[in-house]
Amino acid sequence: MAKDISDTENGLRSPLRRKLLMGMAGLPALALMPRPSFAAAPPTSAVNTTGLAVTDTEVTVGILHSATGTMAISETGSIQAEKLAIAQINEAGGVLGRKIKVIQEDGASDWPTFAEKAKKLLVNDHCAAVMGCWTSASRKAALPVFEQYNGLLYYPTFYEGLEQSKNVIYTGQEATQQILASLDWVHKEKGAKTFFMIGSDYIWPRTSNKIARKHVENVLKGSVVGEEYFPLGHTQFNSVINKIKLKKPDVIFADVVGGSNVAFYKQLKAAGIDLSKQTLLTISVTEDEIDGIGGDNIAGAYSCMKYFQSLKNPNNEAFVAAFKKMWGEKTVIGDVTQAAYLGPFLWKMAVEKAGSFDVDKVVAASPGIEFKQAPEGYVKIHENHHLWSKTRVAKALPTGQFEVVYESPELIEPNPFPKGYQ
Amino acid sequence: MFGEYSLADLSSIFVMQGFAGLILFSVYVLMALGLAIIFGQMGVINMAHGEFMILGAYVTYLCSGFFQTHLPSLFGAYFFIAMALAFLASGALGMLVEWALIRHLYKRPLDTLLATWGLSLILQQAYRSIFGPREVGVELPSWMMGSIPVTDSIEVQINGLFVIAVTTVITLGVALLIYRSRFGAQIRAVMSNRPMAGAVGIDTEKVDRYTFGLGCGIAGIAGSAFTMIGSTGPTSGQLYIVDTFLIVVFGGAASLLGTIASAFSISQTQSTLEFFLSGSMAKVLTLLAVVGILMLRPQGLFTLKVRR
Repeated sequence: MAKDISDTENGLRSPLRRKLLMGMAGLPALALMPRPSFAAAPPTSAVNTTGLAVTDTEVTVGILHSATGTMAISETGSIQAEKLAIAQINEAGGVLGRKIKVIQEDGASDWPTFAEKAKKLLVNDHCAAVMGCWTSASRKAALPVFEQYNGLLYYPTFYEGLEQSKNVIYTGQEATQQILASLDWVHKEKGAKTFFMIGSDYIWPRTSNKIARKHVENVLKGSVVGEEYFPLGHTQFNSVINKIKLKKPDVIFADVVGGSNVAFYKQLKAAGIDLSKQTLLTISVTEDEIDGIGGDNIAGAYSCMKYFQSLKNPNNEAFVAAFKKMWGEKTVIGDVTQAAYLGPFLWKMAVEKAGSFDVDKVVAASPGIEFKQAPEGYVKIHENHHLWSKTRVAKALPTGQFEVVYESPELIEPNPFPKGYQ
Repeated sequence: MFGEYSLADLSSIFVMQGFAGLILFSVYVLMALGLAIIFGQMGVINMAHGEFMILGAYVTYLCSGFFQTHLPSLFGAYFFIAMALAFLASGALGMLVEWALIRHLYKRPLDTLLATWGLSLILQQAYRSIFGPREVGVELPSWMMGSIPVTDSIEVQINGLFVIAVTTVITLGVALLIYRSRFGAQIRAVMSNRPMAGAVGIDTEKVDRYTFGLGCGIAGIAGSAFTMIGSTGPTSGQLYIVDTFLIVVFGGAASLLGTIASAFSISQTQSTLEFFLSGSMAKVLTLLAVVGILMLRPQGLFTLKVRR
C-alpha cells in the first residue's frame, strides 16, 4: 500500500504525466471534429434504455452456432453468412451509426450448451440480438433463456413450425411454406398420385411428413404407399430401397438428414434407381449436402427450398460473389446459409425503424419489415415472426448445383400452426 | 400383405432382399473385424475405432483427388491403391497410439475406454481442422457405380459385390494370419498366457503393437470401402461404432468365428425386419433380441476357453 502512494506522488511530478495531462486537455476538441459516418448517431441514452451492450460507437451482437461437433457440418455456412452480412452492414456505416461488434459462442452440437451460451450472451454480454441455433433441438433448448431474459434470436433454419415466440424471428421457412407448393407442383407436373415417404426419426421429418401426408390424401386425393423412419446415423438402406422398388411409387418424398443422407443417395444410385425416371422430391438436400453426397449420385432429384445458389437475380449474384470473395471460391451456399444472411439485415432495419436497440421496440417494429435486397428476392416479416417467401423446386445437376424448374408465383404466407394439418 | 404383388415380383424381391442381407453382413464383418482383433485379442476397448475407419476414408478421398489431377489414366484402379494406403495410414497411426497411450494402460482396461474415447474426440477435431467440418465427396471410378441387371427385375449392386469380395479376402487373410502363421501363433500365445509367452522368448510388447496396428489397419480398409456406401466427414465414424461393438460383444469377444456368426445373425435379422417393419422398429427389435440373448448367454455366441 505504502509503495502505491509513493508511486502516485512520484507520478504527479513526472514529466510524462504532465504531457499526458496537457494532451487530455485537448480531448474536448475531438468531439468537435467531423465524424462522417457517425454524424447522425443518436445519443446512446435514447436508443438503449434496457442496459444492452451499446456504446456511442458500437453495438454488440451474438453469434451462437456449433463450430465443433456433428452439426458443424451444417452450421459453418450460417456462421459465414452472418459474418458476411455484419461486415457489409459495418462497411455501410453500421446500425444507428454504431458498428456491430460480434461475440461468437460455440454451441458445440450439444443442446444444453446452447442454453448455457445463450444465457452468457444475454446476461454477461448484453447482446442486442443473437443470430443463432440451427437444429430445432438447439432452438427449443435456448428458447426459454431468450424468453426469460427478453433476448432476440434470429433463427435461420427451415423447420417444422408449431412455434411462435415474441423473442424469435424465423428467417427460414416453416414446413407448410416449403412443402405444400412443391407437392402441388409434382402433382400437376408429373401427375403424381402415389408417394413413398422416407425420413430420419425425429421431430422435423415426422412433422413434415405428417403435413405432406395430409396434403396428399386430402387435397391431392393421392395416396401414401409407405412411410419409413430410420434412426439418425443409419447407414444401410438396401432393404427399404427394395421396398420402394416393390411399391413403385410415383414420387419418393425424402427427408433423411446428416450422414444417413449421403448413404441413402449412394445406395439408391447403386441399386439402379435412376432419378431421371423415378421422381424424388426432397426437403433436406441443399448445395451443402450435395458436397458430401456427390453430384453424380443425386443428379435428377428435385429439392424444394426457398433459395438456391443458382438463382438468377442481381441481388443473388452480388451475394454469391461477396460470399465467395470472403470465404473462398469453392464454398457453396445452401438455403439455410442464405436465410442466416437475412438475419442481421432484418435486425438492422427493425432497429432503424424503431429508432432504438431495445428488444421490445425492435420486436414491435419487426412485422412488416421488407428486405428488397435479399438474395432470394423480396421478403417481408409477418405478424407471426416468420417470413413471407417464395418456394422453389429445383433439379439437382451432376455439377452439385441446382436448376430451378418451378417458382411459386406469389409470396407464400407463413403459417406455423396450419389448420387441418395436425 | 403380399396379395397385391405378382409371383415374379415377389421372387425377385426375395432374391434382392437376400442380397441386401448379404451386403449388410459383409459391411458388418468388415467393420467389426478390426475391433474384434483389438478387443478380443488384447482386451482393449477401442472407442476410436470409428475414427480409424474415417482416416481410411480420408486417405481414399485424398487418393481420388490425386489420381484425378495427376494420373487420370489410372483412375479406374486407384481404389485398390487407396485401400492399401488406408491400411498403412491407419495401421501406422494405430501403432503410434499403442506406443504413446495404450501400452501404459494394459493393466487398467476400463481406462483404455476413457483414453480412446478422448482420442476419438481429438481425431474428430483434427479431421475437422484439416479437411473442414463438411462432408467430402469421394469420386468413384465409373466401373464401381450402378448395378448389373441379372433379370428384368433383379439387379445386383456393383459396390455391394465389391464390399462382399473385399470382406471375403480380408477375413480369409486375417484367419490365415492368426491361425496359420508364426505371428498369429505368437498373438494367440500372448493372449492365452502373457507371462508364459514372454518366458518362452516372445517379445510381447512388439506383438501387442503389431496386433493393435493390424486391427486399426483393417479399420482403415473398412473406412476406405465404405466411401462407396456412406458419408465421409469428421464425425462419420460415430455412425459405425455402436453397431461394431454390438457385433463384437454379441459374438463373444475373443473369437473370430463368433464375430462372423454374430454379424450374420444381426444383419439378417435387421434386414428382414426392416423389410417388414419400419426402420426404427427393426432396430429396436434387433437390439432387444441381442439384449435378451446376452442376458441368457453373457459370454456371447462363441467363446474360447482360455485360462485367465
